Amino acid sequence: MITLMEKPAAAPSAWPAWFQAEQSAALAEYEKLPVPVRKVESWRFANLKALDLSVFVDANPVASEGRLINASTGLKDTAAKLILGNNALLHRETGSLPKGVILETLESAAANHTELFKKYFMAQPVELGSRKYAALHKARVAGGAFLYVPANTNVELPIELFQWVEGANASVFPHTLIVCGENSRVTVVDYFKSADHLPALACGVNDLHLARGAKLTYISVQDWSRETTAFHLNSTIVDREATATALIANFGGAFIRGESLSRLVGEGSRSEMYSINPVEGTREIDQRTLQDHVAPNATSDLLYLNALDDKSRTIFAGLIKVQPGAAGTDAYQKVKNLILSDDADPNSMPGLEILNDEVRCSHGATNGPVSADELFYMEARGIPADKARRLIVNGFFNSLVERLENTPLRQHLENLLAARLAIG
Amino acid sequence: MSLKIENLSANIGDRQILKGLNLEVPKGQVHAIMGKNGSGKSTLAKVMAGHPDYEVTGGSVTLDGLNLFEMQEPDQRARAGLFVAFQYPMEIPGVTIANFIRAALQARLPEGEELDAVEYYEHLYKKMDALKIDRKFTSRAVNEGFSGGEKKRCEVLQMAMLNPVYAVLDETDSGLDIDALRIVSDGVNAMRSPERGFLVITHYQRLLDYIVPDVVHVMVDGRIVMSGDKNLAHKLEAQGYDWVEKEILATA
Repeated sequence: MITLMEKPAAAPSAWPAWFQAEQSAALAEYEKLPVPVRKVESWRFANLKALDLSVFVDANPVASEGRLINASTGLKDTAAKLILGNNALLHRETGSLPKGVILETLESAAANHTELFKKYFMAQPVELGSRKYAALHKARVAGGAFLYVPANTNVELPIELFQWVEGANASVFPHTLIVCGENSRVTVVDYFKSADHLPALACGVNDLHLARGAKLTYISVQDWSRETTAFHLNSTIVDREATATALIANFGGAFIRGESLSRLVGEGSRSEMYSINPVEGTREIDQRTLQDHVAPNATSDLLYLNALDDKSRTIFAGLIKVQPGAAGTDAYQKVKNLILSDDADPNSMPGLEILNDEVRCSHGATNGPVSADELFYMEARGIPADKARRLIVNGFFNSLVERLENTPLRQHLENLLAARLAIG
Repeated sequence: MSLKIENLSANIGDRQILKGLNLEVPKGQVHAIMGKNGSGKSTLAKVMAGHPDYEVTGGSVTLDGLNLFEMQEPDQRARAGLFVAFQYPMEIPGVTIANFIRAALQARLPEGEELDAVEYYEHLYKKMDALKIDRKFTSRAVNEGFSGGEKKRCEVLQMAMLNPVYAVLDETDSGLDIDALRIVSDGVNAMRSPERGFLVITHYQRLLDYIVPDVVHVMVDGRIVMSGDKNLAHKLEAQGYDWVEKEILATA
């Protein structure tokens, strides 16, 4: 058995030599950094048992390539599609991309677009607690998706990325790096999927960079097996007048640690940070966020929705940070927990740190059950209680999905959500 | 064949609201209940629907001989053919009208049978057009941000789609202007049939100019104390309820 700590003997790396050297250094850093403990604020309430990664092994190349490619279905009309499995490219379709748009693996990008790669790859410091897992990610990342949209380019149809894991205790290191040039426009749907119901480790990074006036809609549909341990470390850097909309739907996983940082570095920039988290059984979703207002007159809007059933847990710790120069900041942060079971355990820690007086900020967390009146109303129309409850949960999440533009993508998300909640 | 309420008593908490109420609506007829605020009219509607806040302490309600109280859950009663249009319909965030009514219709089909989506929308649009509800409303969340009149029209739309055997309309006229009142009343009148009975609960006689009842009942303190034809409603409108109470005292 090859454990995570050993470099796989087979399959020579596709990375350039200089990056392989960086990977060795990252591995050393991973080994050196301590496993987080709860007394560290960024791991408060966390389930530290999930951090024992000793059972996970390097993933073999996927065995069912054809099946996974066929199962990589999403929207009817797309501009391009990239399918990765167990850290390697399975399929690439870039037929209708506008001229100049780059969509390829990170390994190719490192070789063919070295300057771009070096400028943007994991360029942000990891601030929300997972330095150790970011180091592990860098040490083992392979495959991955690199998207570059040149200035003034509008990619009209969405681009879809599929990142699969296959095999017992397999570990994958998905990476999505999106660089949006000035005044460009693009929509990306990133699906994370398991080929089986087996335990696995996913340790992923996605970084979104928006230059002046760019507009990016990024949808992550995380649907790992219910046995998967996953880290998803996200950062979004938004420059002047640019708008980033990121929606993270966590449908799967046994333990999910999500870290999302949005840094508003340009005046008038806007970042929307949304998350949808239906949790049940003993599943656990631990999310840490930072809205970092550096530039003036920027807006950030965070809304995280959790619906907790059975003995599930959620942790939300969010911080709005307004830097001294960020006058005219508009920042909102809200987490809503819909409590479906007495045994569910929601933990919310919203926070503010404001170093400028001319700002509008609000933050808050609410917990509440399904409204008995809403339930009665639906039952009075003949809908059985169980179905009515699921419809109400579906509606709870849909009220967030409705914030997206009304496009086939939104309809698609509504369908995925209904399927996830077994609304027939 | 009738909706028959016999000696019905019900409490909310320790307080008795319905005190041995008797009423029978034969199939094919429209009956109205009038009464002052606090007489128990809305409680009657909610008790029939199965609202969990109310406790039935005696009596029965039967739909064509079917005992309503043997059906514990509100959804069972609805599927048995009862529809209650509520005075204050709930808002359900994120659940569209189309999906809501669809789920309600789907719940009436046998296990494994799927509603035909194309037929469903055709049917829904037809009913919406008749009630002058903009088709765009199908994708709006149920009652969310609706005006009072829109909520009531949405109740009547649900009734039209669900095709109940007996319908109870609780203050469906409240919050309606004259135009909306006419539209809603036309919707109800279009559903009058020998196969269906209506119980229309109202505070004002005005509604009964549009939905003309076969029988008018007067409710005082949790009981039906007087019944008559539509002229009784006019008399109540003109003279108020005091004479009714005096008459009861006189005959007591």
